[in-house]
Amino acid sequence: MRRSVQLALTVNGEPAESSVAPYKTLLEVLREDLGLTGTKHGCELGECGACAVLVDGEPQLSCLTLALDCEGRSVQTIEGLARGPNLHPLQAAFADFGGSQCGYCTPGVIMTAKALLDRNPNPSREEIRQATAGNLCRCTGYQQITEAIEDAAAQLRNEKAL
Amino acid sequence: MLRLPWFEHRAPRSVAEAAQILAAEGPRAMLIAGGTDLLPNMKRRHQAPQVLVSLARVPELRRLNGTFGAALTLSEVANHEKTPAALRQAAIQVATPHIRNMGTLGGNLCLDTRCTYYNQTYEWRKAIDFCLKKDGNTCWVATASKRCVAVSSTDTAPALIALNAVVKLVSAKGEREIPVEALYQNDGIDYLSRTPEEILTEVRVPSGSNGGWKSTYWKLRRRGSFDFPILGVAAALKLDGDVVAEARIALGAVASRPFLVEKAGAFLKGKRLTDEVIAEAAGMVANRAKPMDNTDMDLYWRKEVADDFAAYALRELRGDDLRATRLRIARQAL
Amino acid sequence: MKKRFDIVGKPRRRVDGRAKVTGQLRYADDLALPRMLFAKLLRSPHPHAVVEAIDTERARRHPGVHLVLTGQDFPVPFGIMPVSVDEYPLARERVRYVGDPIAAVIAVDEQTAVEALRLIDVRYTVLPPVASAEEGLQRPEPRIHDYGEQGNIHRNQSYEFGDVGEALAKSELVFEDTFFYEGNTHLPMEQQASLAFLDGEGKLQISSSTQNPHYLHRQLARVLQIPESQIRVVATPNGGGFGGKCDPGGHEFVVAKSALILGRPVKIGLTREEVFYVHRGRHPVLFKMKTGVTKDGKLTAMHLQTLLDGGGYGSHGPASTFYTGVLTPVTYHYPRFKFEACRVFTNKPACGPKRGHGTPQPRFGQEVQLDKIADKLGMDPAELRLLNVSKPDSLTASWLRIGSNGLADCIRKVTEMSGWKEKHRKLGRGRGVGLACSTYMSGAGVAIYWNKMPHSGVQILLDRSGAVIVYCGATEIGQGSDDVLAGLVAEALGVDIGAVRVVTGDTGITPVDLGSYSSRVTIMAGNAALQAAERLRATIAGVVSETLGTVPDRIVFSQGRVFAADNAGPGMTFVEAVHAAEAQLGTLSAVGSYAPPKAPGKYKGAGVGPSPAYSFTACVVETEVDERTGWIHVPKIWIAHDIGRALNPTLARGQVIGGVYMGLGEALMEEQSFRRLPEKLSGALVHRAPSMLDYKSLTALDMPDVEVAFIEDPDPNCPYGAKEVGQGPLLPVMPAVANAIFDAVGVRIDEIPITPDKVLRALHAQEKRVGPTAFPTVPYPAPTFVLPPWEGGDGKEVKRDAAAAVV
Repeated sequence: MRRSVQLALTVNGEPAESSVAPYKTLLEVLREDLGLTGTKHGCELGECGACAVLVDGEPQLSCLTLALDCEGRSVQTIEGLARGPNLHPLQAAFADFGGSQCGYCTPGVIMTAKALLDRNPNPSREEIRQATAGNLCRCTGYQQITEAIEDAAAQLRNEKAL
Repeated sequence: MLRLPWFEHRAPRSVAEAAQILAAEGPRAMLIAGGTDLLPNMKRRHQAPQVLVSLARVPELRRLNGTFGAALTLSEVANHEKTPAALRQAAIQVATPHIRNMGTLGGNLCLDTRCTYYNQTYEWRKAIDFCLKKDGNTCWVATASKRCVAVSSTDTAPALIALNAVVKLVSAKGEREIPVEALYQNDGIDYLSRTPEEILTEVRVPSGSNGGWKSTYWKLRRRGSFDFPILGVAAALKLDGDVVAEARIALGAVASRPFLVEKAGAFLKGKRLTDEVIAEAAGMVANRAKPMDNTDMDLYWRKEVADDFAAYALRELRGDDLRATRLRIARQAL
Repeated sequence: MKKRFDIVGKPRRRVDGRAKVTGQLRYADDLALPRMLFAKLLRSPHPHAVVEAIDTERARRHPGVHLVLTGQDFPVPFGIMPVSVDEYPLARERVRYVGDPIAAVIAVDEQTAVEALRLIDVRYTVLPPVASAEEGLQRPEPRIHDYGEQGNIHRNQSYEFGDVGEALAKSELVFEDTFFYEGNTHLPMEQQASLAFLDGEGKLQISSSTQNPHYLHRQLARVLQIPESQIRVVATPNGGGFGGKCDPGGHEFVVAKSALILGRPVKIGLTREEVFYVHRGRHPVLFKMKTGVTKDGKLTAMHLQTLLDGGGYGSHGPASTFYTGVLTPVTYHYPRFKFEACRVFTNKPACGPKRGHGTPQPRFGQEVQLDKIADKLGMDPAELRLLNVSKPDSLTASWLRIGSNGLADCIRKVTEMSGWKEKHRKLGRGRGVGLACSTYMSGAGVAIYWNKMPHSGVQILLDRSGAVIVYCGATEIGQGSDDVLAGLVAEALGVDIGAVRVVTGDTGITPVDLGSYSSRVTIMAGNAALQAAERLRATIAGVVSETLGTVPDRIVFSQGRVFAADNAGPGMTFVEAVHAAEAQLGTLSAVGSYAPPKAPGKYKGAGVGPSPAYSFTACVVETEVDERTGWIHVPKIWIAHDIGRALNPTLARGQVIGGVYMGLGEALMEEQSFRRLPEKLSGALVHRAPSMLDYKSLTALDMPDVEVAFIEDPDPNCPYGAKEVGQGPLLPVMPAVANAIFDAVGVRIDEIPITPDKVLRALHAQEKRVGPTAFPTVPYPAPTFVLPPWEGGDGKEVKRDAAAAVV
C-alpha cells in the first residue's frame, strides 16, 4: 500500500524525475528529493508565502501543491533565476537595496515578483504591494522590497529597450 | 515540517471518470482541486481520506463560456472581463495572490466551515479534548449547543447568492442544478447539501445579472490579505432610474451558511435609496448577523459594524464615491 | 592616520546579499547528511500536570523508530541565566504549559516519528493552571516551581533613587495611569531547526538556528555533562531572530543527545505551532505609572510599578523584570525615580527577550502619559518633551551614564519632516498625529553569566594573497552583523570589501562573542574588530614606513594602497605591504577584544541597564479613525533615529523600517494570547492562535510608507561612532499610534494592541478611555535606596534614614 510513485516534471528548464511518496508536496520534493533547498517554508499551511515558486509561470505555494499534480508541468525556483554567473536584476536589486534582510522570505518574494514583472513590466507601487501581499516578511517592513522590485522593473525595461 | 498523511492519488481525465471513482470508493475518497483548503486540513488531520481524486486534469471543469467552470482559479474568475462586480471583488479578496492562483471557484464554494477550536493541529485540539466538529463531544463556542456553529467563510458564495447564481452538481447517478443558496445548510458539520458523491462542476450567473444589475461585495477582515472574512456583505440591485426595481442582499461569515436577507430586499423594492432608506435596510441586514466568538476580532464589535458594511454596499450601488473608504477597509483599490 | 571614509557611510550591497538572493545560503533546515535521522517531540496537552508515568514501549517497537527519549535521559537542567536554571530538555516530574516537551522520537523519517509520537502513553495528574499574573498572585499554591521569591512569584524587586514619595507630594501636578501591554511573539519566518552529528574525530557538532552559539555551547556541556572542548556549535544564518532564538531549546539538547547515543546525524525542524510554544517573547505587563510635574511642565519624579506574566519558566525573566524599569529614566530627566517590578510564573510558554526586551511596555505608558500631561497643561507634546530631554554626558537618577544623546535633534527633525506643527490638533475630527520617543542600549554592560572576560573577540588573519579573514563568534540573524564586521575591517585596513571574508558564529573556529542580542554586535564585535585591524595596521606600518619614507603614524591605508599621508609618492599596494610584513615578521594575524566600560552605579542590581552608548529615536504617526466603526488606518510614519553613524545606510534604514513595521504590528494586532475553556467543563489553557494565519502580522498592504532620517553624531565609545539601530526604532511606534488616535478622535487606549473594537468602546464610554482600571496589591519588597548623583549619592545603596540626614 505504501508505495512511491514515479514523477517527471521540468524544474528550472531541465527534466527532473523522482520516485516520491504520494503524500509529498512539491515543497518536499524540491527540497528533499531534488536538493533544491532555496525554496523555504515557514508554516506548510499556505499562511506565509515563503515556499512560493512558479508553476507554469504562475506564483503558487509549493507547500499546498501535491507533487503528483505537477506531473509534466514546469516549475521555476530561485536556483534557476540567475543568468549564468550574473544575478537576475531582481536578485541584484534585492541584494543592493535592502530587499533581503534575514533572507528567509526572499526566494518566495523574488519568484512572486518575477511573475509580476513578466506580466507587467511597469507596475505601480500599489500593484507591487498587491502582488506581494501573500508573502509575509518579518524583517523589512516591505518598503525596501517594493523599492527593489521597482528598481528591477526599471532595469528590465532598460534591457528590453537596448 | 507539517506533512500530509499517506493516501492514494487518482487523476481522472473527465467529470464522468471522477464521478465513477467517487461512486466506487465511497467515503474513503475526497475530491481535491486547488488543495488550498483540503491540504491544510489534512495536514492538521481534520480529514484523512484514503483516496484523493484530483481534478487537476479535467479540462471540462475549466470552461468559461457563459458559465464558470468550477475548477477555474479564483484569479481567473477575478480577471475575467465578464465577471460581475460582486463576484470579482469577492474572488480578488480571497486569501492571497498565490492562493487565488491555486484555489478554485468550486473549492471556495465548498470551503469547509471554520472555527477557532477546529482550525488547529491535532495536538492543539487534543489539548481541549477536541470539539463537536471533529473527534469531540462539546461545542466550545456554545457549550449548550447540540449543533456545531463553525462559520461559513467563503467570500464567493454571498456574492453569488446576491447575483442569484445556480450551481450544477454531477454524480454517477445524474446531475442537478440548484440555487447557490440551496447549496448550504446552517450546520457547521453538515454544511453542504452536496452529497459526497457529487461533483460541483459549474456556476451559472443568470444573464439578467448583467442587464441593469449592479453589484458589490464588502469584506471585513483584519488585514489587507490572507484573512478569511469575518463579515461579508454582497448586494445586487436592479435600478429603474433611481428607484430600486429588485434587490438581493446576502451575508457571509456570520453563520454556518451564507444566506439571503430577503426582508431587506423586499423593503428596498420600489424605494429610492435615500440615506434613511439605506439606514433602515442596513439595520435589517445587521439584525440577521449573529456572529459567534469563533473567529477573529471581538464578536460584539463585528455585530455592531454589520450595518455600516451593509450601508457601504448600498451607498456604493447608489453611486456614492466610496473609494477612500474602500481603500481604508480593504487596504487596496478594488 | 585619519583619512576620509572609503566604505563607512556609503550604501552598498551587504556581504551576504548574493547568497540570500540565489537560494545558496544554508539555513539549519537546509542541511542534510547521509544516514540522517529525524526527531520529533511529544508535547504536553495539559497546562499544568504531574507526570506520573510514561510508557514508550509501543513507540519503540514502531517500524523505523531508532530511539525514544524521555526526561529520565536528561537529569541535568538548563537555563540561560544562572539564577533561573529551571528547565529540562524533556520535562521530568512536571509539565508547565501546553506544549512543554516531554518525550522525543528519533526515526528514519519525520512521518514515521510523528506516527510513533502517538504511540507514547503518558499518565498525568492534572493540577490547576495559573492563567495570568494576577491569578498567580492570588493563588500561591500549587507552586509552578519550588524556587523563586514566594508562592508563584519568580522575581520581586524594588529600587528607589531619592525620596520619590516626598517629590510626588511636593509636585504641583501628579498623573497616575494604569496600562496593560499584551504579550506578543517574534514570529521569525524561519522555524527553528538543528542538526547534530559526530564529526570525524567523534566529537559532537551541532548546527542550529541560534542567536547565541556561545550560550548554547555552555548549556550543552552542562546538560550532556561533557567538556565544552568536545562540542562545536555552529550558528547557521538565522531566518530572523528578534530574540526568539536566544535561549537554548529542548530540541537542541534532544538532537545532540540522540547523535551521541546513535552515532548518526539527527535533525529536527520545529513546526510553526511549536515555535509559538518555544516563544520567549514579549511579557504581558500590567503597570502603574505615577508621575509628578510642575505646572510649567518640568518632570519631578516617577514611581513605576510593573507586574510581568512570565509563563512557565525563568528564561531571561530576571533580566526582563529589570528592563521593565531601568531604561525608563534615560530619555527624560527625572530628578527622582522609583520602580518596583514583579514577575509571576504562569502556565503558559515562557516569556523572554523580544526586540526591545522589557522596555516597550513601560515606554508605551510613559509616552502616552506625557501626551496626557501635555494635553492637560495645554502644551505642545513636542515642546514638553524638549523641555525634559536628558542631556548628553549626564547621569540618570539611577546612575546610568548617558554619553552622546541626539534625542532633542530627533524630536526637532521628526516634527519638521512630518509637518507636526501644521498637523497636531489641526487635522480635524477623524484624523490625527501622535509623537513618541524612545531609547535603547547599544549592548548590555554585563554578560548573562558573571565573568571578567571580554564580551567579544575577533581574530583577523592576513593572507599573502591579500585576502583578509575575520573570525568572530557573532551571529548573522539578518540584522547584518557579518556586513558590519566586513565593512569595519575593510575600512580600517583600506581594502576593498571583496577582499574580506568573515567567518562567524562557530564555537569551533571563532573567538567568543556573546551573541546577537541587546543590540550589541556593532558596538562590541565592531570595537573588537577595529582593535584587531588597528593592531595589524600598526604592524604593517612599522615594517613599511622606512620604505615609504615616513613614520608609522603617518601612513594611510586606503583603497587597496598603503602610502605616506604627506608624501605624494605612489606608496605600495596593500598586498605588497602584506608581503613585506610577512617576510619580516612571519604569518600575520591579530586579535582584538572588547569589554564595556564599568558602570558608575554600585548598588546590587546596577548591572542591568548600563550600556556603552544609547540610541535615541523620535517618531510621528498619522492616523485616520472612523468614528462609526473605530476602524484605524495609518497612512504614514516619520521617524528620526540617533544612530551615531550609519555604517551601511541601506542596512541601517532597513533596520529602522523593519523596527517600525514590527512596532506597528504590536500596536495594532500582534497578540500572543491564551484561551481558557469554561472551568467547570475543562482545565484547558491553550494558545489562541499558534499559526501564521491567526497570529496577525502586517502584510505588504497594511504597511504605510515610512520616512526615515538619521541623526549622526558619532559616539566615542562606538566603532566609527556607530550606535545601535536594531531595536530602538521599534519602541516609539506603539505610543505614537495611541497618541495619534487621541489626536484624531479624543479617546485614550491605554492598552496594547489597539484594535477597532477598543476604539469604538472608548468612543462610547463616558471616560473616553479603554484600559485597565485597577492595579493589584503586589507584595514588593522594601526598596534598595540610592541617592541620585545630584543629591550627594555615590552610587551605593544607603539606609533611608542616613539619606535623610545627608539631604
